[in-house]
Amino acid sequence: MSEQTNGSETPVLELRGLCKSFGGLQATRQVSLRMMPGDRKAIIGPNGAGKTTLFNLITGIYPVSSGQLFLYGRDVTKWPSHRRTAMGMARTFQVTHLFPKLTVFDNLLLAINGLRSSKFVMWRFLSSYKDVYEKAERLLSDAGFLDRKDTEVRNLSHGEQRQLEIVLGLASDPKILLLDEPAAGLSSGETSEMARFLMNLDPKLAILLIEHDMDVVFDVASQISVLHFGEILETGTPAQIHASAKVQEIYLGTG
Amino acid sequence: MMSQTIKIVVVVLALVAFVIIVPTSGSFVVLLATRAMAFAILAMSVDILLGFTGLSSLGQAAYFGVGAYLTAVLATKFHFGLGWDFWLVVVLGMLIGAALAAVFGLFAIRAGGVYFLMITLALGQCVWGLAYRWNSVTGGDNGINLSGRPSFGLDLSNEVTFFYLVFGFFAASMALMYVLIRSPFGRSLVGIRERELRMQILGYNTWLHKYIAFIIAGAFGGLSGVLWAQTNGHVSPETLVLTTSVDALLMVVLGGAGTLIGAVIGAAIVFGMREYLSTLVPWWQYALGAVYVLTILYLPSGLMGVPARIRQARANTAAQNVVEANKELATKT
Repeated sequence: MSEQTNGSETPVLELRGLCKSFGGLQATRQVSLRMMPGDRKAIIGPNGAGKTTLFNLITGIYPVSSGQLFLYGRDVTKWPSHRRTAMGMARTFQVTHLFPKLTVFDNLLLAINGLRSSKFVMWRFLSSYKDVYEKAERLLSDAGFLDRKDTEVRNLSHGEQRQLEIVLGLASDPKILLLDEPAAGLSSGETSEMARFLMNLDPKLAILLIEHDMDVVFDVASQISVLHFGEILETGTPAQIHASAKVQEIYLGTG
Repeated sequence: MMSQTIKIVVVVLALVAFVIIVPTSGSFVVLLATRAMAFAILAMSVDILLGFTGLSSLGQAAYFGVGAYLTAVLATKFHFGLGWDFWLVVVLGMLIGAALAAVFGLFAIRAGGVYFLMITLALGQCVWGLAYRWNSVTGGDNGINLSGRPSFGLDLSNEVTFFYLVFGFFAASMALMYVLIRSPFGRSLVGIRERELRMQILGYNTWLHKYIAFIIAGAFGGLSGVLWAQTNGHVSPETLVLTTSVDALLMVVLGGAGTLIGAVIGAAIVFGMREYLSTLVPWWQYALGAVYVLTILYLPSGLMGVPARIRQARANTAAQNVVEANKELATKT
């Protein structure tokens, strides 16, 4: 693909005038956004602003009503989720979406196999794929999970599960990672640990973050967009957003 | 936890013991074991769907039925499959089961949960209706009587020889399905059972995986039907009636969904109870019903889940003891 070579010019992800309505409710209105490799952007907004809906549109869980979506310059608007993943997209969920009855290690194995053609192999034990096992070990040791690899996921703490969500997202070696409130429900100690964890990720990886916790947003993101009633009201650096009167108004009422 | 190797050794030893003991135990037991093994292949195919993929199919009798009817029609109308070509019938039976599943899967796989159950039920009943109505081919309500079992060097009309043959198919099916569930593909099915949305986001085309699993289960259903037809020597709409699908499903639930051995144990218990109880008491069906109800109420993970429950109970009492000891210490100090 030629997009790979001039990767600095082609946006990893581009949204053009994305709209979504559920019946009479317009959940997303004319959202446009552009992510270059290594970009760290955040979307903030009050509850019900349409942040998670936007993620579901980007990842193909909901079909869009109108507008277009590009990955590396290719129109993927009508593609199913799994093909978008194959283009280098990964996401986490606001509500933990792991495999609760499987061990941490088995969760990783599934995540790694997602983009391998060996996922269709049915005449060979999975345990005979040494490279998959080694990669799972490496990802787990990078994330500090190696000692808990045989624990069933449902027995992990909430904070550990939130981290494992991200590790699963990284297993497919994505170019862009969509994080839906990674710090949801975490204690303040766990939250700062999460922010550190995110800042230590590969700098070439583009990250789009939805988050309520402003500490995480200001630590991780270099650009923030404010979503309100499905519409992007304002985009700017953390400092600009922090000072914006409009944002104050949305978050604090009339302010 | 018992390691996987020990489990395999235990199963293999049990199978060896089974194949040595059964032929010496009289013709009734041999026939019963043969029937149970032929049907256990169907139960395992249901388990691939229910236990590993999380799809509860109520139409598995359809594939079983087409396999059985194929065998009977070929044998009586075309005198095909009575010698070495029996092996060809086995292949054809698996193919027709797979082909039918490939068609039905297009309708069923798009749905989930109870809708999947209803669609497979409806499609299964379509096949039953066809067997019942298509007199010229299926013999309608009377069904088809096979004139005798194939013979190719081995004389399969000998019950013990036939038992060995069916055992061979049973053991091979079990081994194949075991490799399947431990393969990357099989693990992906478990992932779909646990959380399909996550699998899609991880890059799996979950529809395709479920569809392939459905076809594989259909192929094993077809194989089971071929062996069933040869075991009983008779095929009728009764073979693929809804009860057959329900039986297979309940056997899996009884033994423990998500473990191939569970399906086999379930089949063994149901066949055993049915044959022995029905000679003892006229209300044997109630006993079987009670077993099902009690299993679902008290052993949702089936008989194979019993060791895990015992371990958990022990762990709980151990934890309880520690708590009580601590309390005692606290009161003393």
